[in-house]
Amino acid sequence: MFRNNYDNDSVTFSPQGRIFQVEYAAEAVKQGSVVVGIASKTHAVLVAIKRNAEELSSYQKKLFPIDEHTGIAIAGLTSDARVLSNFMKQQCLGHRLSYGRNMPVRSLVDQIGSKAQINTQHYGKRPYGVGLLVAGVDEQGPHLFEFQPSGMTEEMQAFAIGARSQMARTYLEKNLSEFASCGREELVRHGLKALKESLVQDRELTVENTSVGIVGVGKAKDGSTKVEPFKVYDGQDVNAWIDSVADDKEAATAEGETMEVDDE
Amino acid sequence: MDHRPQAWGRPRDDVYGAYDGSYLQSGGPKTATQSPVVTGTSVVAIKYKDGVVIAADNLASYGSLARFTDVKRLRVFLGTSVVGFGGDVSDMQWLDRHLNELAIDESYDDEPSPSSLLSASPNKGHGKLNAANLHVYLQKLMYRRRNDFDPLWNQLLIAGLDAAGKPHLSSVDLRGTAFTSPSLATGFGAALAQPIMRRHAPTEEAAAALTREEAVGVVQECMKVLYYRDARSLDRYSIAVVTKEGVELKEDEQLERQSWAFAERIKGYGTQTV
Repeated sequence: MFRNNYDNDSVTFSPQGRIFQVEYAAEAVKQGSVVVGIASKTHAVLVAIKRNAEELSSYQKKLFPIDEHTGIAIAGLTSDARVLSNFMKQQCLGHRLSYGRNMPVRSLVDQIGSKAQINTQHYGKRPYGVGLLVAGVDEQGPHLFEFQPSGMTEEMQAFAIGARSQMARTYLEKNLSEFASCGREELVRHGLKALKESLVQDRELTVENTSVGIVGVGKAKDGSTKVEPFKVYDGQDVNAWIDSVADDKEAATAEGETMEVDDE
Repeated sequence: MDHRPQAWGRPRDDVYGAYDGSYLQSGGPKTATQSPVVTGTSVVAIKYKDGVVIAADNLASYGSLARFTDVKRLRVFLGTSVVGFGGDVSDMQWLDRHLNELAIDESYDDEPSPSSLLSASPNKGHGKLNAANLHVYLQKLMYRRRNDFDPLWNQLLIAGLDAAGKPHLSSVDLRGTAFTSPSLATGFGAALAQPIMRRHAPTEEAAAALTREEAVGVVQECMKVLYYRDARSLDRYSIAVVTKEGVELKEDEQLERQSWAFAERIKGYGTQTV
């Protein structure tokens, strides 16, 4: 069972220069169900697959609002995510109190990055077992950031983390050039299509297991820019989106005239 | 022998003398500013159509002595806002250093990012903290220091633009009292300059109708009246115009067209016989 002698704590390098505890924490992220994020010029969306531990239980939430202008999607240990989420909420509130504005998303993400890195360099501490996608808008427009338990943070145009997320990333890479100019609805549909790529056989998107979170910049009446607050959509609210990316519709649009249509 | 436990392990008083407790205290009680020492007098500012005009003279007084005659009391923040300082000059210098640190941190947080290619607004590479944000921050700072019973002995005027790009002018004092107005003046100016400015900009609407030339003219007029009547003032002053294009700051202006003819009619002061 033991992989080697160098994985008992997060302060000891292996002779190959690796820190196994941090790598194991990254594995915890891959155990979580998949979440996808995409940013355009006007919006940033997060979409996620929710899991229920058993038939009788409810589905575990995957998307959380942090502040008016920011939200996160989590993959990994939910309880670790709650610690980070509470911290981020406090930072945003503190920033709003001190400066009277929305906290710039980059400085927020930098703060959790620093917080997580400390856990990888102190004896007796454990890295967070969760990865985040942070979507938000600030004076510079919409942003999407990736956060890993190692403390690494990176700005992304589109990304997916969690179980089988490679399939979703492949979809995102293939369609990358379209995202920047996408509107709100189009961006959500891209997100859901990427999500579907990651689903195991026989599973599909349902109103129970799908979550959508949207944040964006809109125009106020006087022409100035205004934040469209981060909002999570669940249940029946996501029905129309799921229908619009349903397989038969996809096939119809993709194959067009070549497909035989049965009309009785 | 001293049998009290608290004396065990200590040098014996009868051999070494009583312990001198004063070595433990570094230097008396904590102290805080009770009154300002070197002071700057009024700052005056008025909003107009496209921005804000703000001015302050270049004098730092030591009591009634005109001690320093080249002190710049208008400071630019991030190239987009101006803070005018009345009151204690050393506290002004502390605040200036503090605001410089804040500006540097803000610029680091605002590094150009890959998404600046995506974003709707072009990234200028400097911070986005505007005058309205700065006002909130300074209010919190001043109020906190007042609650520590160690106030920063200043009244500040903050001139710039708010998030919507509209002119912003606001004030914070050493107690953390904060407010905004179409025109503002600190110190003696609150009594002498504010009535003049209110004649031109009684309301936000009236201020929004002023042109830049009119606003600069009103402020220069106020600086002149203040030089006539405020005994802690100087005829060299700084004036800044803040617009969305940035800050135009002139720090060595001379009061023009002075006329002291009115002084002959003033009676009742000093050694003259009425």
